[in-house]
Amino acid sequence: MSERDVGVSDTASRPGGGAGTDGAYLQVRDLRVRFETEDGVVKAVTDLSFEVDRGKTLGIVGESGSGKSVTSLAILGLHNPKRTHTSGEILVGGRNIVRMDDEEVRKLRGRDMAMIFQDPLSSLHPFFKVGKQIAEAYLIHHRSASRREAAKHAVDLLGRVGIPQPARRAEQYPHEFSGGMRQRAMIAMALANDPDLLIADEPTTALDVTVQAQILDLLADLQREFNSAIILITHDLGVVSQVADDVLVMYAGRAVERGTVEQVMRRPQHPYTWGLLASVPSLHGDAEAELVPIKGNPPSLINIPAGCAFHPRCRYADRNDRLSFEVVPELREADEAGHSAACHLSQADRTRLYEQDIASAGVAL
Amino acid sequence: MLRYLVKRVLQSVVTLIVISIVTFLLFFVAPASPARIMCGKNCDAVTVASVERRLGIDQPITTQYVKYVKGVFVGRTYGEGDLARQCPAPCLGYSFRSDEPVTDILKRTVPVTISIVAGAAVVWLVIGISLGMVSALRRGTLFDKVAMGSSLTFASMQVYFLGLIFLLIFVYSTRIMSFPRWAPPTQDPAAWLKSMILPWITLGLLNSAIYARLSRAQMLETLSEDYVRTARAKGLPKRRVYLKHALRAALTPMVTIAGLDIGAALGGTVITETVFNLQGLGRTAVDSAVIWNMPVVMATVLLAAFFIVVMNVLVDMLYAVIDPRVRLS
Repeated sequence: MSERDVGVSDTASRPGGGAGTDGAYLQVRDLRVRFETEDGVVKAVTDLSFEVDRGKTLGIVGESGSGKSVTSLAILGLHNPKRTHTSGEILVGGRNIVRMDDEEVRKLRGRDMAMIFQDPLSSLHPFFKVGKQIAEAYLIHHRSASRREAAKHAVDLLGRVGIPQPARRAEQYPHEFSGGMRQRAMIAMALANDPDLLIADEPTTALDVTVQAQILDLLADLQREFNSAIILITHDLGVVSQVADDVLVMYAGRAVERGTVEQVMRRPQHPYTWGLLASVPSLHGDAEAELVPIKGNPPSLINIPAGCAFHPRCRYADRNDRLSFEVVPELREADEAGHSAACHLSQADRTRLYEQDIASAGVAL
Repeated sequence: MLRYLVKRVLQSVVTLIVISIVTFLLFFVAPASPARIMCGKNCDAVTVASVERRLGIDQPITTQYVKYVKGVFVGRTYGEGDLARQCPAPCLGYSFRSDEPVTDILKRTVPVTISIVAGAAVVWLVIGISLGMVSALRRGTLFDKVAMGSSLTFASMQVYFLGLIFLLIFVYSTRIMSFPRWAPPTQDPAAWLKSMILPWITLGLLNSAIYARLSRAQMLETLSEDYVRTARAKGLPKRRVYLKHALRAALTPMVTIAGLDIGAALGGTVITETVFNLQGLGRTAVDSAVIWNMPVVMATVLLAAFFIVVMNVLVDMLYAVIDPRVRLS
């Protein structure tokens, strides 16, 4: 519990620009998310901390099952409280989501923080017109607005996310939209209340490659316009390098590396990040070079390996006696300020191994 | 949309024609001669022949079928000379047993069955679907367990069992109600309502058990859909997420099942009618089949098929109204 808890008890009012609190707009501290299942406790997220400020984009990277989506749903308070145990702090504009009751979080959802989901076809309701669905998002947080105003706002938003003939499109159903247009509509819906925090969960995964770039550009443009904090969840390092300011790499529910996009992409410190980078095809490197996939599979979150969770897949796990097998590495500052990694290898070892095994092999980016 | 509708109606007409031909063929594989049934045991060959001539069943089957269809649409004349009898459209022939026009029998019995089914359908849809929805929303709670447990109990009962229990409780033991006696709703609505309450509750409760389980499963599936999560992410209150976003999608498949069930039930609720001594379509059909009263059997079979076909078209139309994706194709 820090001094930040003191000034944040007024959850009802919307603090303009996060005034009254110091630090970033979104602050996640020691977040733990656990699900009770019949097979055991799923340790979906463990001791996760990060921050995102307004106007900044944080890219969260990891394989499926690394806790990326669970984290984003926890920030929105969308987990079923009956089956989920959440602890730690999630401060949105100074208000701790974890401690708030459902109704208070609901009022923040869609207004102060909004989400863009992966598959826009299944995420939009098939039976309702696109314009209506966007207007609904606006109306629920603007009780005094009329239906007509909301409908007009929806058309404006559709125009703003680059959908041609927005008035006509607003009267159509999601199945009449193409994939890219659908994701634009989804973004328009998320923007309905000018949220301060926008979480995009794999927003381009379900789209054609050509459309992906358009959507990412759109997000970047909108961020300049709205100055919102953005979390971009993806497994695609190319996407991250294109739009993110900071990067958080997750593995088995923990942060394994954190830093600016420059730091993580240019001087990655964790063998898992190396693996991710080595499995991305490069436009600049040797065209004949083989991609190097990470061996093995992500661990079950019910049975996370002891010590460093990555050790069964790590080429360098045996270099510290039994350390990697028995002790969970802490996230510590690495080569420079703002760049940290959770790895038992020494700084010197990491620098050497990266130069020797990875960078020389013609890694992407 | 219109083209789709026209296509569906045409398909239904073809279906009805095929069913009418098949039913008509049944007439001829029947082991008993209708003429023999009509004139009794002490009948000589001459009388039988004359009856056959009067009924027109001495003619080839195709001629008979054409005459039957013609009778349905424009009416027909049975027999000739003094014995000639005009049967106005829609003519479905005469009962072999009572010599009453089949249409009169239907006019008397169909309202009974429609009354039973309409009321029971309201009961089973309202109770079944609301129980299922609430159970889905409170999955794992005591309410859910009790609701699903009792629905399993009801679903495994039979009308003749539950109906008799209700009769025992409400009529014979406590005398809260009198034994149902049919009264047309147009003449005596109060008596009609009184006669219908027990059949409605019996048939309604039995079916609602199945509907509760179906709609619970359907709702649970819908609740895990991405668009329900989107609705919550927008900040909509739970009530609105469930009632507007989830319920509408969950109800769509229920429309199909309900349409077909109601259509099938309209063809006759034999056991319910028998238990509560109501002379409806189903009981009439069974009574007639037992004595090879073929004109009545044919009419009831055709009518039952008609109900199912009509409900099918209705369901398809409703579907297009509910789900915009259907309108495209």
